[in-house]
Amino acid sequence: MRSDNHAHPVGRTLADRVQEKTGVDVARCYQCGKCSAGCPLAADMDFPPSQIMHLLQLREFPEFAELALRSHTIWLCLTCEICYCRCPMELDIPKLMDALRHESLAQKKVNPKAKDILAFHRAFLDSVRYTGRLFEMGQIVDYKLRSRHFLQDLLQAPWMFLVGKLHLMPERVRGRRLLGRIFAKTLKGKEKRT
Amino acid sequence: MKTGFYPGCSMKGSAREYSESLLAVARALGRELPEIPDWNCCGATAAHNLDRNLALALPARILAAAEKDGMDEVLVPCAACYSRLSVTRHELLEDEELRQKISGLIEADYRGTARVLNIIEWLAGVPELEKLVKVPFARRVACYYGCLLVRPAGVVKFDRPEEPQSMDLLMKKIGAEPLDWAFKTECCGAGFSVSRTDLVARLSGLILDDAVSRGAEAVIVACPMCHLNLDMRRPNIEKLAKKKFNIPVIYLTQALGLAIGLAPKKLGLQRHKVAVKFPPPEAKPPSADKLAAVGEV
Repeated sequence: MRSDNHAHPVGRTLADRVQEKTGVDVARCYQCGKCSAGCPLAADMDFPPSQIMHLLQLREFPEFAELALRSHTIWLCLTCEICYCRCPMELDIPKLMDALRHESLAQKKVNPKAKDILAFHRAFLDSVRYTGRLFEMGQIVDYKLRSRHFLQDLLQAPWMFLVGKLHLMPERVRGRRLLGRIFAKTLKGKEKRT
Repeated sequence: MKTGFYPGCSMKGSAREYSESLLAVARALGRELPEIPDWNCCGATAAHNLDRNLALALPARILAAAEKDGMDEVLVPCAACYSRLSVTRHELLEDEELRQKISGLIEADYRGTARVLNIIEWLAGVPELEKLVKVPFARRVACYYGCLLVRPAGVVKFDRPEEPQSMDLLMKKIGAEPLDWAFKTECCGAGFSVSRTDLVARLSGLILDDAVSRGAEAVIVACPMCHLNLDMRRPNIEKLAKKKFNIPVIYLTQALGLAIGLAPKKLGLQRHKVAVKFPPPEAKPPSADKLAAVGEV
């Protein structure tokens, strides 16, 4: 008998929602720990990947699902794909991490320790939204404003400029308006609704 | 057969020497690489971390533009872009409903006809590369594949997901001695270069340490993110590790360019943080194999 054949009196759980989005059935994880052993950042996480799986497996306790959504882990995951590569049950853990990040963001449960990581992602996407490509100079300024790390890498930019790696003007894509519509229907639309 | 070229944002900025060396090599090989018209950013780590549909729509728009231009395959030299484009093509071909939804978002019909090629697949398609070598790149090298060139295996369907060999074979063809080492596909910290430089310095330091301790004279890379972290983040790595690493990090197209006799300036070697200088051949320390042969290890 499979453990996921039990009746779940708790109704629709986080595990169900991520399974719908990713096809990953956390009940199939038998806690071998290979994902955590191979994860390059497991030691820096509050819960290594196998424990995130366990938190989701304990469906009767929504407070555990809450811990996963509020974890630092989901934002530290680098999507290096080593866990998926080694998982004996072939569970796509990186894809599951993506779904947990989306849910954490939608429910405004992002771990405060992940604020710089999130600031960087947002600054990156701002650049893509307005120019169609990554404009590194603009992104750096955007990131500094969001993260308040004004002094970080101050000498890196002049060096990059000197060796010709930093442009002062962005390259603009002609299809910017279409990209604006794509952003409005995806990320930006979702953020307005929540 | 028309092969398009997707440079991606890094190759226009912080990794411009990768693009310069690739285009110089392509010219020398007589291969044309037209850019995909009006290409946009693939969304990288940021898009898939924050929104699934956005992460699929950005690469789908690029691939649809390539298809519209009649391209049968697209060369994506950046391993991170290669991963995003491959994952998108894979997911949209697997799921018709999703394909239609994303086609609606990008206001174009994405069919999935254009194949996505990485740099090693493209170079492996050059017949008799060995015969073009004028100055063998006779150095002991650590081939660093990183994560996304070989994983997820079911999506990229390329080489082995751990302990891959394709880049090693390519390096042998140009006269180099690829080393057996442990960090071929370990993560360098990738997109955390700015937001968590501390973690990048640690992970990248482990990679350099292993390469150096096995007697490598250069680390060969195929990804702008890997290069950025191992080369431009060298001061951060050295500060954390409390030691100096002088080993240069070069793109495989730069090593190939040197071997077929192109000028270092044409290959952008002057744009690196860590100077690309090699010890003269006679001063080379003996390799681990040779030491073992005389019983010193």
